Amino acid sequence: MNEMVLLGDEAVALAAVHAGLTAAYGYPGTPSTEILEYLIRRRREHGGPRAEWCANEKTAYEAALGVSYAGRRTMVTMKHVGLNVAADPFMNSALVTVNGGLVVAVADDPGMHSSQNEQDSRVFADFARVVCLEPASHQEAYDMTREAFDISERFHIPVMIRLVTRLAHSRGIVTVGEARAENPPHRDAHASAWVLLPGNARRQWRALLDRFDDIRAYVAASRFNTAEGGADGGFGVITAGLARNYFVENLEDLPARPAHLHVGAYPYPAAAIRAFVAPLTRVLLLEEGYPYIERALRGIVPPAQLDIQGRESGAVPPDGELNPDIVRAALSLPARTGVVVPGLSLPNRPPQLCAGCPHGDSFHSITAALSAFPDAIVTADIGCSTLGALPPYNAIETCVCMGASVGMAKGAADAGYHPVVAVIGDSTFLHSGVTPLMDAVAADTPMTLIILDNKTVAMTGGQPTLRSSSELEAVVRGLGVPPAHLHVVEAHPRRMAGNTEILRREVNHRGLSVVIGVRECIETAKRTKQEQSAAAARE
Amino acid sequence: MKFDIILAGVGGQGVLSVSAIIASSAMQEGLAVKQSEVHGMSQRGGAVLANLRLSDRPIASDLIPRGSASLILSMEPLESLRYLEFLSADGTVITATNPVANIADYPPLDEVLAHVRGLPHALTIDAESLARKAGSARATNMVMVGAASPLLPVRFETLERFVQTIFAGKGAKVVETNLKALHAGRAAASE
Ligand code: SF4
Repeated sequence: MNEMVLLGDEAVALAAVHAGLTAAYGYPGTPSTEILEYLIRRRREHGGPRAEWCANEKTAYEAALGVSYAGRRTMVTMKHVGLNVAADPFMNSALVTVNGGLVVAVADDPGMHSSQNEQDSRVFADFARVVCLEPASHQEAYDMTREAFDISERFHIPVMIRLVTRLAHSRGIVTVGEARAENPPHRDAHASAWVLLPGNARRQWRALLDRFDDIRAYVAASRFNTAEGGADGGFGVITAGLARNYFVENLEDLPARPAHLHVGAYPYPAAAIRAFVAPLTRVLLLEEGYPYIERALRGIVPPAQLDIQGRESGAVPPDGELNPDIVRAALSLPARTGVVVPGLSLPNRPPQLCAGCPHGDSFHSITAALSAFPDAIVTADIGCSTLGALPPYNAIETCVCMGASVGMAKGAADAGYHPVVAVIGDSTFLHSGVTPLMDAVAADTPMTLIILDNKTVAMTGGQPTLRSSSELEAVVRGLGVPPAHLHVVEAHPRRMAGNTEILRREVNHRGLSVVIGVRECIETAKRTKQEQSAAAARE
Repeated sequence: MKFDIILAGVGGQGVLSVSAIIASSAMQEGLAVKQSEVHGMSQRGGAVLANLRLSDRPIASDLIPRGSASLILSMEPLESLRYLEFLSADGTVITATNPVANIADYPPLDEVLAHVRGLPHALTIDAESLARKAGSARATNMVMVGAASPLLPVRFETLERFVQTIFAGKGAKVVETNLKALHAGRAAASE
């Protein structure tokens, strides 16, 4: 037996390799990034399987679909909001007859440690009518991912692995199994199953629904759904995901052991849930995420028969991440206290741009250029540049989703504001900023797009961007941005005055302009230097 | 035996390396380990927290419950006070005295340190100057591992071995500096 210490993300990655993965794709996003990073590192060391960052989650998903079509096993990785970007191929891929195993590894971020919402991907899996497996331990992350490929090929559907931050970024011990060989390329004869013309799509959708009873039966029998009897009369607990661990953490303090049902595989086992609650008078639902099973249960059992407690009843907070203490309170156990120092109040320490960050210089230029326009609107985007919203910069007003700065600037300009400035990082621009810029080009919208080119995907730890810095200008020019209003400047304090002047001129221009501010991220530059000197020291 | 550690600091201070060395050493000695890290947004100069749980029995939760940490090990004095609700009544706080004052309302350092020293079990270490003496300020976090080592349920030799392993890729000089820093921290804690 082979034991390894792995991050939850890495357990998923290694399981995919051992399941016979041929290719994996993704876009960086906390807390999912380390899945593909592990595979990319492995590819560098072992020569395979293929693992690549893509322009965004949609393109990544589509590449994975192609691998599956060709009969081979594939995985696509993203954070929860990335699945929104990939929603189109994800929803439709449930209707095709998946050929090579297709696993979608999605890492949710309950509590929004590094995200703009805390959507629960189990709901998305349900929406698409696919199987979702949710590990509560590192071993399960490994075992479920391996099994996910088998389920995908058996039922010809994509299978989701739902991770959450605390498992993705926690390290634990995993016993790994024997590696399986990759599938040989083999195209399925029934290609019309992939041509989702209305006639075919209706047939495929019906076929999926017909298969669903088998899928439900398979999942209901899964070893990842477990029930244990209890000794607390009419009280039982249903856990999902990591909530199981917080429940177990408090178990020894409970006067009597409640009956316990854990759900790790979806579609949720409705019959098992019904049987579990039948003898109960009170059930507590502990779910890391939305009150997903809880809401279903409220629809299954009349409230007079069963006291259903959970996020919707107020027994558990309606939002946010769970932890042992929240679960303890929900179990009516007395709170534990730590050390209290009277009169101590600590200032918060929010994240901020690194000292010397090129974005800081750009924000100073933007603020200076707009000082004469108190009405100016500055939209912005996802990434390190979002930190421009905080003091001392206070330079931006919006951050909604990847690429939104560009389209929102167009809309604000269309609504009559001037000047309107959009601020976006280079990687976010390549991910989702190119298409809205095309809209702005088509309408010659009076707005200024500022691309902060730090030559990396900085926030998620410095992954390479898809097109290098030197190619960015050509990409923008190729979209049809007028060359007279396209500038590439160095985002450096010594260029501050000149850059501010260019910006002032362009925000005054009543048409589209683009300014690319270039300077490498301090952190990435530091890392490159360290790696070089370490390599030199080894020689 | 159960030993929960809250590791605190500011993004960029190497909290994760501290966590990795203690965790690997504990696993090597056959303990069950759960190590929860924070990546992403807060690594940008924000408050950083890692949960490290060591036990001779299986561990359920990745997160440490309130009031049960045996040790808060902090790379920064203000951060050492942020998670006291997790400290058990007989738990210890060990912190570096070197502030990262990247916020406008950083309280006077004397006050912060007075609060720390007023705790029932506390130890303050001028980790940065010890690290400099060992060869590099970058080894500050290894001074802190050394300072915690008398309390940790792992043998010092195991910690030494993992410092060697983890820094091996960076050359012999870096390994030596970090080992020296580890020893300096241990010596300072035993004074
Ligand atoms: S990681 Fe890079 S881009 Fe992000 S704040 Fe630091 S220097 Fe700026």
